[in-house]
Amino acid sequence: MTATTPPVAASQGPPPSASVVAPSQTGAWRTRIEETLLPPLVALLVAVVAGDILILSFGQAPGAVYRLLLEGTWGNAYGFGQVLYKATTLVFTGLAVSFGLRAGLFNIGAEGQLAAGGFAAAVVGLLLPAGVPALLAVPVLMLAAALGGGAVGYVPGVLKARFGAHEVIVTIMLNFIVLALLNWIVAAKLHVPETLHTPQLKAGAVPRFADFITPFHGSAANVTFLIALVIATAVGWYLFRTRGGYELRATGLQPEAAEYGGVRVATVWVRTLALSGALAGLGGINYVLGYKHYYEEGFAGGAGFLGIAVALVGRNHPVGVVLAALFFATLSQGGLAIHALVPKQMVEVLQGIVILAVAAAVPEVRRVLRLSRGSADA
Amino acid sequence: MRLLDFLAQTIRIAVPYLFAAAGGVMAEKAGIVSLALEGFMLSGAFCAALGGFYTGSATVGVLSGIAGGLLFGLLHSVATIRYRADQIVVGIAINLLVVGLTRFFLRLAFDSSSNSPRVPGYTTEVSGGNALLGSFANPLVWMGLLVIPILTWVMYRTPFGLRVRAVGEHPQAAETLGVRVKRVRYVAVALSGVLAALGGVYLALDQHQFTDGMTAGRGFIALAAIIFGRWDPARAGIACLLFATAETLQIQLQGTQAIPSQFVQMIPYLLTIVALAGLVRRSVPPAALGRAE
Amino acid sequence: MTEPQAAPVAATPATPATPIAPAAPAAPAPMILMRGIEKCFGPVQANQGASLEVCTGEVHALVGENGAGKSTLMRILAGLYAPDAGTVEVNGQNVTGWTTADAIAANVGMVHQHFMLVPTLTVAENVVLGREPKRGAAIDMARALLEVQELGRQFGLEVDARACVRDLSVGQAQRVEILKTLFRGARVLILDEPTAVLSPLEVRELWRVLRRLRDGGGTIVLITHKLDEVMDVTDQITVMRHGATVARMKTAETSPAEIARAMVGRDVVLAADIARGGPPNEHDTPALAAPRHPSAADTTDRVRSAPISATRAEAALEVQNLVVAGSNRPRAVDGVTFHVRAGEIYGIAGVEGNGQTELIEAIAGLRAAISGTILLGQRDITRASVRARVDAGLAHIPEDRHRRGLILEYPVEDNLILGLQHRFTRGSQLDRDSIARNAAEKIGRFDVRPPDAALPARALSGGNQQKVVIAREMGDRYTVLLASQPTRGVDVGAIEFIHAQLRAARDAGKAILLVSAELTEILALSDQVAVMYGGRIAGILRRGEASEETLGPLMTGAAGGSAGVAGGSLA
Repeated sequence: MTATTPPVAASQGPPPSASVVAPSQTGAWRTRIEETLLPPLVALLVAVVAGDILILSFGQAPGAVYRLLLEGTWGNAYGFGQVLYKATTLVFTGLAVSFGLRAGLFNIGAEGQLAAGGFAAAVVGLLLPAGVPALLAVPVLMLAAALGGGAVGYVPGVLKARFGAHEVIVTIMLNFIVLALLNWIVAAKLHVPETLHTPQLKAGAVPRFADFITPFHGSAANVTFLIALVIATAVGWYLFRTRGGYELRATGLQPEAAEYGGVRVATVWVRTLALSGALAGLGGINYVLGYKHYYEEGFAGGAGFLGIAVALVGRNHPVGVVLAALFFATLSQGGLAIHALVPKQMVEVLQGIVILAVAAAVPEVRRVLRLSRGSADA
Repeated sequence: MRLLDFLAQTIRIAVPYLFAAAGGVMAEKAGIVSLALEGFMLSGAFCAALGGFYTGSATVGVLSGIAGGLLFGLLHSVATIRYRADQIVVGIAINLLVVGLTRFFLRLAFDSSSNSPRVPGYTTEVSGGNALLGSFANPLVWMGLLVIPILTWVMYRTPFGLRVRAVGEHPQAAETLGVRVKRVRYVAVALSGVLAALGGVYLALDQHQFTDGMTAGRGFIALAAIIFGRWDPARAGIACLLFATAETLQIQLQGTQAIPSQFVQMIPYLLTIVALAGLVRRSVPPAALGRAE
Repeated sequence: MTEPQAAPVAATPATPATPIAPAAPAAPAPMILMRGIEKCFGPVQANQGASLEVCTGEVHALVGENGAGKSTLMRILAGLYAPDAGTVEVNGQNVTGWTTADAIAANVGMVHQHFMLVPTLTVAENVVLGREPKRGAAIDMARALLEVQELGRQFGLEVDARACVRDLSVGQAQRVEILKTLFRGARVLILDEPTAVLSPLEVRELWRVLRRLRDGGGTIVLITHKLDEVMDVTDQITVMRHGATVARMKTAETSPAEIARAMVGRDVVLAADIARGGPPNEHDTPALAAPRHPSAADTTDRVRSAPISATRAEAALEVQNLVVAGSNRPRAVDGVTFHVRAGEIYGIAGVEGNGQTELIEAIAGLRAAISGTILLGQRDITRASVRARVDAGLAHIPEDRHRRGLILEYPVEDNLILGLQHRFTRGSQLDRDSIARNAAEKIGRFDVRPPDAALPARALSGGNQQKVVIAREMGDRYTVLLASQPTRGVDVGAIEFIHAQLRAARDAGKAILLVSAELTEILALSDQVAVMYGGRIAGILRRGEASEETLGPLMTGAAGGSAGVAGGSLA
């Protein structure tokens, strides 16, 4: 069971030979761009229609609600700051899921990896002596977060490479295991009395944007957002410019051809899932280093699962991931803004609909485009 | 008496798992990945509360719950079969969607962000006060215990079951024999929605209310049971009972601090990973599971 | 694609082949009548103006090269595809665009090239699927078992109805396939390349069953590209080329050479004749034809190559007692020893599925050897990684370019470095400049069309895709080339190009191990031929000794009596 199995038996396909019309280069590019951009647009349209129905069912005017949603997010510095804060975690989890999918691996464990990363950073932050300069402490805590998430991602990688255990099930199950384990450690050993969180970091906090830009006051947006952009750039560079990325993508597209091309596919699986976990784990610093400065039970709050949506809408490209993260962050912050008119839960419905619509639109758009091109060329 | 109480509690915990696992086996045997069990259950629970609240009838509640499961089962099958959307993504999307929808309509219908008012259920009070007998006064408990034997019969003895198994293993082979692959899958996934929803219906009626997120991961425990049971209805049912027993033990031992509850919670998930890695005996999914067609 | 719809049958003017025309008014109504069939898959035109006429009670051969559109046409007849244009009549009824269920109801059954069996179900369950006998709401399994056993007895297709299909041999699985159609009362039976995976004994069994069916009034269409089969068992022949029907003839009134001419579409000399060095002789070359080289290169090659292989004693590739496991068999390669010298093409012939794939994959490093040794020059590479083998001078044209040889979504330039990507780096980055230079050079040298390095490999034709693979594998330094089915599924022009490349490489001193299912290709190119049967080498012949007659018995296990099972179990 996998998202990436090639479309069933060769026996059903057309015969290998016969004449094939080679599309021109510009045609190929246009098809590729349309295949990439159309599904999210279709999904947006579907979501707007669904949103209208929900708003009307609550007796409100859609226009007013959408205006409120925009004003409460991109319309003022605080709201925008909150969007940036929420987008930051989503960039990391979206990158994590995309990175896996590029290698043909569906990492559903970003939620647990995010929690593990945040936890590792918080614990190491407790162990550091107070007064360690941020320039030293922050990289150390980032490394801890990456290792924490990476360790959780490594497990399904090894189980897949060694035993052929499907990563989807293993990562789902690991989410529950990791969260239960962390809850137990915090509850039994580490929590501040009367709370579900650990004590505050001794060192390694990163500054909030509000520290230099006053209008951001009160919002949790912090320097981690810039770190996320740097990491997204690095992921793009790795995927599309390096030999490792060439081999990773080859593994995702056609594992047997990659093997033929000298790629050790099992090694790529383990490495990719570990790195994917590390990316998700790094997302933990947004909360732990940038916002609360401690680990708290449940801080991941579904951002790991939403990472799947971000990867899907962002079409597994770092640029798309950043944009999709901003989109989903806008929705979730916008929910608070519109709460006066319609329940904020409406945005959760819209998120679900967007994911469903993109998932359905991707193969459909490809089919329709290929059909129309085929007949135009023939 | 302690033993009877223990049994009664185990059964009450197991019933939702049994329903959901039965639904999951049905869909996965037909080749459709079933990550939406959690969402199906939650939709069943909410619709049951809604129907029960407005009519005052538990039976209407059950029927509403079935309708809810059917609706999302069909949504799942339209997305994955008609539009060939990625089955894993669709499962996750439906889970998120149902959480959002139940919260939204909780506000719309009951003006609450946490729970519904009290809704009718089935009486579990029986003269004599025996807990085990009391459980059996609830028809949903009966159904839950019978769903696995019935599913086994359907899957291995009826033409529909044979077709479901064929479609999940080798859809082209079934197609060349005139079996309508898509139709079999539509029916299987829709039924899977209904079965899993009944698990949620049971929860809502048993607790006489709907609470936000009340399925609390039970759909994934059912998924674990399916994999641990190697996609066989009977083995999956036994896995459900096993997981429920562990949970009952943990509840009974609560306060004694013998084992942290978190560790008991991990058991189904750990066992699933062990089964999947083939450390005991390899769990092999249906061959066409997860493929678009 | 630009070819006129009904290519003139006139390539063979003095033959009894009937031009494609509606049946003569006097003839009885045909059982199957397909006319003007068109079918596209995206940009691929699989059928264009295909037609077929089959009478009741005949065994009819549908022949043509790989990719001629035979399977598509038959899938339309069986209701799996609807034609884009044209009409299908069965038994006088217009049934165009019917479904598989309709076809089954009209007693038309098809046995597919890749078996359509559910491996986890029993024989009986596979047979009754979709048409289950019922008792109440349940399947009447007792009756199903009884009926399947009885049907098997009646037609000489005995197989244990309770057995799980997973556990059957290929021959048994094929019996189940035929039983499936008979259980549905098939009077028209379509078989798609039924002998590709059968042992000679199983083939004889199959012919016996088919004759019995025909004599019972059944109608049989046999898709094949093996002309000896055509001559053996069929009554009528329809030839397809490039998606169109190009000739119809009576088996009794034609010859293999004539059929071959119609298949290839121009006057050809059978490659087997070239290999034998004799003049073309139409009547004892019952095999697929390969095109003639326009020049006399074939003959000169032969003359020149013989002394070369004799003088170079040193083995470039040596395989000793190699044992390799297959997907379903513990010893798919069962103790194979041979060596290939520089300046030699060493051909491996044999019915597909006798261990050739596993042998090549083991040498290439894609499949672990259980025991034995592989030497590349002096170096033991038995346990080396794929990359280490490439760096040691091994090149490999894989048998399935869509699965292994190309990343179809990657642009041509990225495909031209697959397996060599570590040579095109600067630090950890890919060196885009040298990749582009490499692409420009290879595309020009190997005439890849269109010459566009940025185009995804998927957009190229089969022949040009294979040129990309060949440019990559043969375009740089290497000492040993593994060429596995190098011309499978490519057009005639590309076949000539590829054969010329292989000969040139041999003459330049490369060692080439050639595996091909086409005996004519093996005979036309090889300096020595080894025959694989049941995972072992059944015999090794030198160029002068190898011929259809000498290789045939070795391929079928008839000679030498070496053990082993041809074919294998279900994939």
